[in-house]
Amino acid sequence: MSEPKPPPVDFTGPSCPIPLSEYPQVTMAHGGGGRLTHTLIERMFLAAFRNPALEPLHDGAVLDVPAGRLAVSTDSYVVSPRFFPGGDIGSLAVHGTVNDLAMCGARPLALTTGFVLEEGLAMDELWRIVVSLAQAAREAGVSVVTGDTKVVDRGKGDGVFINTTGIGVVPEGVRVAPDRARPGDRLLLSGRIADHGIAILSVREGLAFETSIRSDAASLHGIVGAVLEAAGEEVHVLRDPTRGGLASATNEIAASANVGLRLEEKAILVAEPVRGACEILGLDPLYVANEGKFLAVVAPAAAERALAAMRAHPLGREAAIVGEVVAEHPGRVFLRSRIGGARVVDMLSGEQLPRIC
Amino acid sequence: MCLGVPGRVTQVAENAQGMLMGRVDFGGAGKEVCLAYVPEVKVGDYVIVHVGFAISVVSEEEAAETFELLRRMGELADQQEPPGPADAAEPGA
Amino acid sequence: MRFVDEYRDAAEVRGYVELIARTVTRPWTIMEICGGQTHTFIQSGVDRMLPETITLVHGPGCPVCVTPLEQIDRALAIAARSGVLFTSFGDMLRVPGSTTDLLSVKARGGDVRMVYSPLDAVTLAQRHPEREVVFFAVGFETTAPANAMAVWQAAKLGLANFSILCSHVLVPPAMEAILGSPDPASPGAHRVQAFLAAGHVCAVMGTREYEPIAGRHRVPIVVTGFEPLDLLQGVYLAVRALEAGRVGVENQYARAVTRDGNRTAQALLREVFTVCDRAWRGIGVIPASGYALAPAYERFDAARRFDVGTITATESPLCIAGQVLQGRKKPHECAAFGKECTPEHPLGAPMVSSEGACAAYYRYARKP
Repeated sequence: MSEPKPPPVDFTGPSCPIPLSEYPQVTMAHGGGGRLTHTLIERMFLAAFRNPALEPLHDGAVLDVPAGRLAVSTDSYVVSPRFFPGGDIGSLAVHGTVNDLAMCGARPLALTTGFVLEEGLAMDELWRIVVSLAQAAREAGVSVVTGDTKVVDRGKGDGVFINTTGIGVVPEGVRVAPDRARPGDRLLLSGRIADHGIAILSVREGLAFETSIRSDAASLHGIVGAVLEAAGEEVHVLRDPTRGGLASATNEIAASANVGLRLEEKAILVAEPVRGACEILGLDPLYVANEGKFLAVVAPAAAERALAAMRAHPLGREAAIVGEVVAEHPGRVFLRSRIGGARVVDMLSGEQLPRIC
Repeated sequence: MCLGVPGRVTQVAENAQGMLMGRVDFGGAGKEVCLAYVPEVKVGDYVIVHVGFAISVVSEEEAAETFELLRRMGELADQQEPPGPADAAEPGA
Repeated sequence: MRFVDEYRDAAEVRGYVELIARTVTRPWTIMEICGGQTHTFIQSGVDRMLPETITLVHGPGCPVCVTPLEQIDRALAIAARSGVLFTSFGDMLRVPGSTTDLLSVKARGGDVRMVYSPLDAVTLAQRHPEREVVFFAVGFETTAPANAMAVWQAAKLGLANFSILCSHVLVPPAMEAILGSPDPASPGAHRVQAFLAAGHVCAVMGTREYEPIAGRHRVPIVVTGFEPLDLLQGVYLAVRALEAGRVGVENQYARAVTRDGNRTAQALLREVFTVCDRAWRGIGVIPASGYALAPAYERFDAARRFDVGTITATESPLCIAGQVLQGRKKPHECAAFGKECTPEHPLGAPMVSSEGACAAYYRYARKP
């Protein structure tokens, strides 16, 4: 399942297509539905997302959908700061939703984008976000087929919120569901953890630190497709450890399937600078968000094949088997630490906060 | 108490208020740290950092000595009876 | 990472576990003072590797846990005032007061911000001269120098809009209080027979002030670092001393701690703070166990600056935090543990603080 090569488009040089001298900022009129709205849509969104389904600019898009099971997923993106090392709210809005579809075993077909813009948002900032979103969509081989734009009063919106809904098709021979995990299954993780969350924190006010760490945000349907091709129905569960990190994702699997999970700390990779950042802030990498990694729970007979398929893909070079499913302690996740001790990995009740103690 | 993490000093300079500040590296994550409490610190030293302040310079010799001392104690313990009341001097006292 | 990974080496850890097992000939009760030590013990599972004859008791070394409810309520009242920019370490944000917590105050429109360092609060005060910036200065002696420097800088910069709500506590008086309260089951014998003292507190204050405690109460006190190997080496030294009947202070954390401590830091502490009596939540007033701002710096005291009326704090009758903090009870021995009191709905600070023994037991599912 290879992604189509993105057509050569240069968006790096040219400036925002909305004349900034006239409209340096988004105004309420841009959301009014009249001429300014149309200008915004045509000059900015249509120009960036250009594709046949979008051109008619109708209330909705009509698509030819291949036969099979349809997957649909929606997500809203409110990340702050909007720009961070390795990505921004625009690219994240694509990767996040494409990945939700991929975790259903689906090949993504199309995306919708809904923008809620705060009055006063800088127009060229919006342009940068839209360009980034368009580029991520192109690289993922997905079209933005319809969308919506609203503008809210200053003070009511934190700059920009984006909602993307994705539809995709689940191929024959793919049966992933959270409750399919079985004792004996192996837990495969596609790479190192905690990059995204730490990249965000590194530019957050009050906590900023210098690092080369970039968000790992990436669309995973290609590598997931490769794993599904290699192991088919023996892939029982797919999960991406986003908010709440690996700890939350594994707990969710354990709870859904009513099985126990055992993790091996030394198999879980964390980049040095990420470890350093976690140490100084007092954070546990297991609870830090990822946006370009996934877990696959695979029947033991297919585990090596699935792992090989992951490692053959550019997004899975550091993939490893990090644990297994057991019949004991159903609903609970245990970790064997590097030094040989064992502890429970619990769900967090709220967001993990940096600590001094 | 508390979260104190060892990091390597990569920069030392006084800020506009005359306070000694610096950059400390933690495995590739760099943070600005106040070095006012370790005025003797040099670039390349390791310091213990707590809430943005270096509170102590890490001594590599002491680290090695403690390891060595404890290792020897362990060996001694294997060779003989548990030590009696009038024992050797306390380490690091 | 240097000075971290060496102290997490699996082979060394196993070696010391075996050594401790060979050295122990009878039951001993050892208390680790500091929440950071508790956290490492439980998170690494090292406490369970120790022989059964060693009982580890968790001490009151969680400054969040021992901050009196009145002080938290006062912080909440100040944070809720318009014009106030309230800053705090992450640890305090979810600690419940009598009726609410800082995150809820934020949700209702209060300007509550987390900072990594107290100097960040000073910077905020410089950037926002129209706001009153308040910093919640909680901590043991480790954090006191940082808070002292923030106040000292604010004074130097002539900032009129910066203040701290001071809730500093000192370790040695707490140890004395614990040693001074005998076990009702066996009067005349100390419950706790040896201490693992907090390495970073001692990095600041030195180890000297523990010598008279060790002498007076005839106990070994071992100052340790916070990595698994540090704790195991500390336990080994404590057990060795106990078996030999030796008392006194030993320093396992010599790479960061000296007998005299950090003189520069101590000098600024003496300048900015004075020692005062302090109430410890769950324990009561311990004389000369806290810091207050010295007269020359009183204008930076948020408790004086903001009149929030009389605060009447109401503790939950179910919470036995005091017993837990003094090591008399384990968290799972509390009737409310896991039922009325959970991390989502904590009745007391040890359940909501990341260093609190109750939270640690809950998260890591420790049961009898």
